[in-house]
Amino acid sequence: MAEEKKLFKVKIDNISVEVEPGTTILNAARTIGGDVVPPAMCYYSKLQGSGGKCRTCLVKVTKGSEADPRPMPKLVASCRTTVMDGMEVANITSPEVQEARKGVVEFLLLNHPLDCPVCDQAGECDLQNLSYEHGAEATRYEFKRRTFEKIDIGDKIQLHMTRCILCYRCVFTADQLTEKREHGILGRGDASEISTYIHQSLDNNFIGNVIDVCPVGALTDKTFRFKNRVWFLKPVDAHRDCNDPKCCGKTVLWMRGDEVFRVTARKDKYGEVENFICDTCRFDKKEKSDWIIEGPRKIDRHSVISQGHYVNTVKPKDPLVEVLDGRQPKLLFDIHTTSEVNRPEIDLSRIDGPAHSDDFNK
Amino acid sequence: MGRKLLLDKAHIEGIRYYDTYRANGGYAAAEKALKSMGPEAVVEEVKKSGLRGRGGAGFPTGLKWSFIAKPEGVPRYLVCNADESEPGTFKDRYLMEFIPHLLVEGLLISSFALGANRAYIYIRGEYAWIPDILEQAIAEAKNKGWLGKNILGTGYDLEIFVQRGAGAYICGEETALLESLEGKRGNPRIKPPFPAVKGLWGCPTVVNNVETIAAVVPIVNIGGDEYIKFGIGKSTGTKLISACGNINKPGVYEIEMNISVEEFIYSDEYCGGIKGGKRLKACIPGGSSVPVLPANLLLKTAKGETRMMTYESLNDGGFATGSMLGSGGFIVMDEDQCIVRNTLTFARFYHHESCGQCSPCREGTGWMKKVLHNIEYGKGKMSDIDLLWDIQRKIEGNTICPLGDAAAWPVAAAIRHFRDEFEWHVTHPDEALTRNFGLAHYADPLPAPAPAAV
Repeated sequence: MAEEKKLFKVKIDNISVEVEPGTTILNAARTIGGDVVPPAMCYYSKLQGSGGKCRTCLVKVTKGSEADPRPMPKLVASCRTTVMDGMEVANITSPEVQEARKGVVEFLLLNHPLDCPVCDQAGECDLQNLSYEHGAEATRYEFKRRTFEKIDIGDKIQLHMTRCILCYRCVFTADQLTEKREHGILGRGDASEISTYIHQSLDNNFIGNVIDVCPVGALTDKTFRFKNRVWFLKPVDAHRDCNDPKCCGKTVLWMRGDEVFRVTARKDKYGEVENFICDTCRFDKKEKSDWIIEGPRKIDRHSVISQGHYVNTVKPKDPLVEVLDGRQPKLLFDIHTTSEVNRPEIDLSRIDGPAHSDDFNK
Repeated sequence: MGRKLLLDKAHIEGIRYYDTYRANGGYAAAEKALKSMGPEAVVEEVKKSGLRGRGGAGFPTGLKWSFIAKPEGVPRYLVCNADESEPGTFKDRYLMEFIPHLLVEGLLISSFALGANRAYIYIRGEYAWIPDILEQAIAEAKNKGWLGKNILGTGYDLEIFVQRGAGAYICGEETALLESLEGKRGNPRIKPPFPAVKGLWGCPTVVNNVETIAAVVPIVNIGGDEYIKFGIGKSTGTKLISACGNINKPGVYEIEMNISVEEFIYSDEYCGGIKGGKRLKACIPGGSSVPVLPANLLLKTAKGETRMMTYESLNDGGFATGSMLGSGGFIVMDEDQCIVRNTLTFARFYHHESCGQCSPCREGTGWMKKVLHNIEYGKGKMSDIDLLWDIQRKIEGNTICPLGDAAAWPVAAAIRHFRDEFEWHVTHPDEALTRNFGLAHYADPLPAPAPAAV
């Protein structure tokens, strides 16, 4: 009989959870979910060796383990620190962690151009979310932000080096998914940049995934560039039979009406793709007829992408029903008797794009 | 005269070459270790000696050696860190240049103790001429049967390789050094796993400083019990100090760790006092990364005790009133030196040398440099000082490797001890461009510590 695997007991922000040995603190926190999950800008669970660089996931280990209860002297990167039995971790309960994280966000935004209004990533950008949650309202940086010489890395992928936070995710992606990595980090310190050696274009059937793994708008889809804002599009789950054996063919189409604006892989709630897709699916299949539509993609309702989409929300409990106890409220004035616009039978979420008066005159 | 263990024969002409080195008692320790001691006994001696890592952190070497994992069938490596790039530190260069055989012998004994069959010397690129000296020494030693196969008939094999770095400070960090040695970009690795478990090419590796490895030779020669009689307390043995700055006799000195800082600076045997009879303003006792101390805190600790050249005494009072022995780069500054300018120089260095892997160090070092540049050139604001303090606090401890700490500490210490001078730079921007703040009150005796409450 196989010996039962011993699970490690970990306490994160006073919430106990049992995880397998070898799990990182971050993944243990993800099994709990909710607010205790530290943000991660560089860690990507599907990429080996990623993590540890951005320092946003710093947590405080208040108790090392059952055997050695000493706290760890420094804040540790939760994405690369494995749990020990009896470990106690403070994330949102530690002011020190919050302070350090605020500092890291400030550092990440220090040289970031904050060109969100013209950035294709806006609305689905990890750095945007992170700075809304943990950032300061203004920068204390008084100097010129750094810029880079622009390089062209091909007709499918656009590189904006100024937006890059050097998470190394795209480097790992190219290493692990493609046959040959053509880009990497050149230079050192704050002059280091994602670049290709003696300007080559990134050309490989899986290289498009660097767009999905990029937490910011440094690598964006050139075929979608400036075409639309993501929150005006409707994400739709779709699939097709892809010839590439490594590609699952399961994607999200970003549509408006019958027009497919872009194709991405399906991302989970931590912004990580569920399965990588090939470049044929991503860049070349831009017709609705190429795809078998499964249905609308569930988007977290806090995301700007879900604005105007009121499908699958849980309505708060209405206390009035209980208070009235079966009695009907006396109706003083029914708005529908006078209004032509407010039509309850029209589901606004079913309207493609922004609502127009024509939608009400049908 | 203080007793010497490493440089006692450095003055002999031709000690660089095997014949002279051997004639003066060289390789006796190696012979003793290989023929009559055995690996465990050597590790035991080093443990007994209380030898602490000479690269800066001061971690007990014997303990470090005992951590090395010993899985079956996996090679182990010894790597000698000769990437001595800390501003103010040049002790290893002296050792390698003048008595390279001491290092080769130390490597032989250490590798034998660790069971490593390959040892690497990772030397910084700027020491362009030293690899030739080392390679010559290695070739000589190999000729005479001290390296290669079946050394002294014991069945132990060892090869030593010299690898040149490309001149990056970050490659002095042990895991970045290993990455660089593997031919990759010199980015520090995220620890754990530590090199003792997964180091070079995923194999257990020990990384030691040049001086640490050289110190193994006298330890084996005289025995750990005898070695411990040098120095005070946990600071055993002798330490090479590379003294520089405004002193009469800059250079590399081997000190026994039982002399006071005052003696080291002012005695004729060592630095010979401040140049031009000026007064001492500040000193950085352990290379550019350690906190700078004003004269009054340098010579006496906050408790009023005499500060000694030991790991403990220099660290007395923590970072609030103390510093570190570090790598032994002793930088002395006289009354004409400007602390702000000095801090700017260091900040520029760390900004330039940051690897750019993790965000606090990549962005923060450059920011500190720019703010300091403003203050130095008369464009600073009072709030900049607090801003600097806040930046360094957010870098320190939040980075992958100690370079972030090393960049933060000098700035922190400068503001902590020399805030007046920073404020003077802000309030007198024009004057600050033409003259220095001077000594001010930095050498005034400290007020007697308040008696402990009963």
